[in-house]
Amino acid sequence: MRATPFRSPLLALALLAALPAAAGAQAPGEIVVYSARSHYNQEPAFEAFTRKTGIAIRTLGGNAPELFERLKAEGDRTPADVLITVDAGNLWNAARAGLLARVDSPELAQSIPAHLRDPEHRWVGLTTRARTIMYHTKKVSPAELSTYEALGDPKWKGRLCLRTSSHVYNQSLIATMIKRYGEPRVEDVLRAWIANKPVLINSDTKILEAIAAGQCDVGLANTYYLGRLVAKDPAFPVLPFWANQQTTGTHVNISGGGVTAHARHRAGAIKLLEFLTSPEAQQMFADANFEFPANPQAGLNPVVARWGKFRQDDVNVAAAGEFQAAATRVADRAGYK
Amino acid sequence: MRRPGAVWTAAALAVASVLAVPSAVVLASLARPAREVWVHLWRTQLLEVLGNTLALVAGVGAGTLLVGGGLAWLVVTYRFPGARVFEWALILPLAVPAYVIGFAFLGLFDFTGPVQTALRAALGAGARLPELRSWGGVVLVMTLVFYPYVYLLARTAFREQGAATLETARSLGRSRLAAFREVTLPMARPSLVAGVSLAMMEALADVGTVATFGYRTLTESVYRVWYGMFDRAAAAQLASLLLLFALGMLALERGLRGRARFVQSQRRGSGIAPVRLRGGRAWAASAACAAVLGLAFALPVAQLLAWAGGALGGWQAPRFAALVGHTLLLAGLAATLAALLALVLAYAGRLHPSPGVRLAARSASMGYALPGAVIAVGVLVPLAWLDHGLAGALGWLAGHPVPLLLTGSAAGLVFAYVARFLSVSFQTVEASLGKIPPSLDDAARSLGVGAGGTLARVHLPLMRGGLLTALLLVFVETMKELPATLLLRPMGLDTLAIEVWERTSEAMWADAAAPALAIVAAGLAPVVIAIRLSGRRVS
Repeated sequence: MRATPFRSPLLALALLAALPAAAGAQAPGEIVVYSARSHYNQEPAFEAFTRKTGIAIRTLGGNAPELFERLKAEGDRTPADVLITVDAGNLWNAARAGLLARVDSPELAQSIPAHLRDPEHRWVGLTTRARTIMYHTKKVSPAELSTYEALGDPKWKGRLCLRTSSHVYNQSLIATMIKRYGEPRVEDVLRAWIANKPVLINSDTKILEAIAAGQCDVGLANTYYLGRLVAKDPAFPVLPFWANQQTTGTHVNISGGGVTAHARHRAGAIKLLEFLTSPEAQQMFADANFEFPANPQAGLNPVVARWGKFRQDDVNVAAAGEFQAAATRVADRAGYK
Repeated sequence: MRRPGAVWTAAALAVASVLAVPSAVVLASLARPAREVWVHLWRTQLLEVLGNTLALVAGVGAGTLLVGGGLAWLVVTYRFPGARVFEWALILPLAVPAYVIGFAFLGLFDFTGPVQTALRAALGAGARLPELRSWGGVVLVMTLVFYPYVYLLARTAFREQGAATLETARSLGRSRLAAFREVTLPMARPSLVAGVSLAMMEALADVGTVATFGYRTLTESVYRVWYGMFDRAAAAQLASLLLLFALGMLALERGLRGRARFVQSQRRGSGIAPVRLRGGRAWAASAACAAVLGLAFALPVAQLLAWAGGALGGWQAPRFAALVGHTLLLAGLAATLAALLALVLAYAGRLHPSPGVRLAARSASMGYALPGAVIAVGVLVPLAWLDHGLAGALGWLAGHPVPLLLTGSAAGLVFAYVARFLSVSFQTVEASLGKIPPSLDDAARSLGVGAGGTLARVHLPLMRGGLLTALLLVFVETMKELPATLLLRPMGLDTLAIEVWERTSEAMWADAAAPALAIVAAGLAPVVIAIRLSGRRVS
């Protein structure tokens, strides 16, 4: 009893010193990906890349803003070659902070439509996610629906479910609206939403479940969350309505990636991005998570295909970043929590 | 020993100045205030958020005191059906991460959950439970999550009090309740206050539960500014307000602990002899324990089991073993180091209770009031700075580029854990040390034993219960810790909490149930060990 409290920490410290060496060992040529996509450990497209090229991939997962801090702190000594994250706003922010390098690849430009890429070639979209109106099939007729803005109509009072404005998907939606309409008009739209006393729920899945259970009749959510629920229960009574087809097109966001500014394996990193945007890998993304492939040549998952074609808002997704801070402010001013 | 405590004072100051760096980095952001953001926050939400934060902290403080203190009193002083089992079982909720309980509650009691669905089926579409996404809901959940801090410390404190103290009061004609109020409670006050202030700090820094419940606190605003406005500097300034809150609580705690010093006047041997409750009272006591245990432990675990369903079989054993191994290793290192450093700080304060040492200890344990991701950045920035210097020097010596050694290493991560959780071990160790009468120190010293010898041969054996509690608390805290782990871990060193996060970040709770259960299971082991070791004798 007497001596042990002092001896065991010494042993612990010795162990501790040995750990980084064991955990940090890196095979030559191996590409390191910092990824904020969920399931970063199980991307089928990564495995396919390794099978095809023999180049191994190691990933570090995390939330985008925190991965950025790590990249920033590691500076020119970072082990990361590729940064992948959800939300265009995050990519825009990473590029602005100088974390991503310009990549001029004709292949990327050919695979991915211009509005899903950085105009300055520092990041590309890998998957597209549509955030649109969701409705209960038995309580709402699609004829009653039209635009995001129209959800502020008093007829939806007490029938609306929204995610909190703290979530980046809503911030990006609002940011794109600001790019289109300007702050004052968007503030009015949000005020109208809030005047309808929406139930605020901090999860897209829960919003869809709330619609199904009858807590509300309409809501906003990303379509892949619905895809997952429908895959489990084909009778799930919620459908997407493609918003703003007569006006701006339905808001889309991306998950995407770029090569880091200080990548040690730049050539391999570019190769990885080119592979990930190829129809072959894009098909895997589409099948794994019910997202839309960013490359229009790839096919849709059957669950997703059933929802029909729609027109995307073709404003460059970079707007999500450019106007994100403004979106947070406008939401605050409108009392949208 | 020329001047007893000089070495200890120096050691304490050194330890504290290193551990205070992350908080200092956060505070340093105040040097360049982001005026625009502050004006915006002031106009839109700051008052509401501050009010919410105060209300939450007060609610959780009162709730944990009532539940944790009350249950501890019940199991230590009375015998009733199941009391022996409840005495240790009531610690179990500690192993359940807050976000798991929160999510289980929402899953069960939300509009879409089975309870309200059944209610609507039985009573019509209008039937509702009170809204869970509210102050009451958050306070309820956090009380259930954090009451074990108070319970553990209070139980130890009640047990450490000799039977004689209480008996004396009784023989002086005090009723049992009056004796409790006038003797037991004041003596246990440091422990109760320590436990409650830990729970309040947890509530202050929590982000997972408040986000799930849509309850806006200061911490939620920190993330809103950081993630939503891409303004980390402003977020750090906002987080500095949390430190002010914590300072306020510390001042309050000092005040509540009072000037009086309570020490044990005699060797503890028997402990309080429990009184047997009979009839309705006995069953009421059992029911109270069972209700808390059911809500805080059985219910979330049952919900996890239901979610996990058949998915448990799909687990790859090697990956799972690695996750468990990493988790236990990191938690063990952090707990050991934190207990050791807490001991240095607390003992230095005892030997030489100068304001300097006291301030050092306080500033070293500030990190607990900061949200995990904020303190993690506070660790990352200075660590990377040091690391780049080191790599530059080594690279110059070696003649080729050298990678970073500390950033993204286990050492950096453990440092973050200790900076974050030192408060937990310090509060516990200090409370335990404070109950040992100074006359023992004097006796040992008069026999020619030095300060270190006194600690090892007199204090440590007496503090066994407190030390074990400190180890246990930090161990379990670290196991559940997410934000710092996420930001600072070495690549590949994933933990169970990371696995849960990975699966829940997209609300796939069915997938996350298995690793979440593993955290609970792995957390149970140290709880049981600590109970075993602390035994029935002294604790």
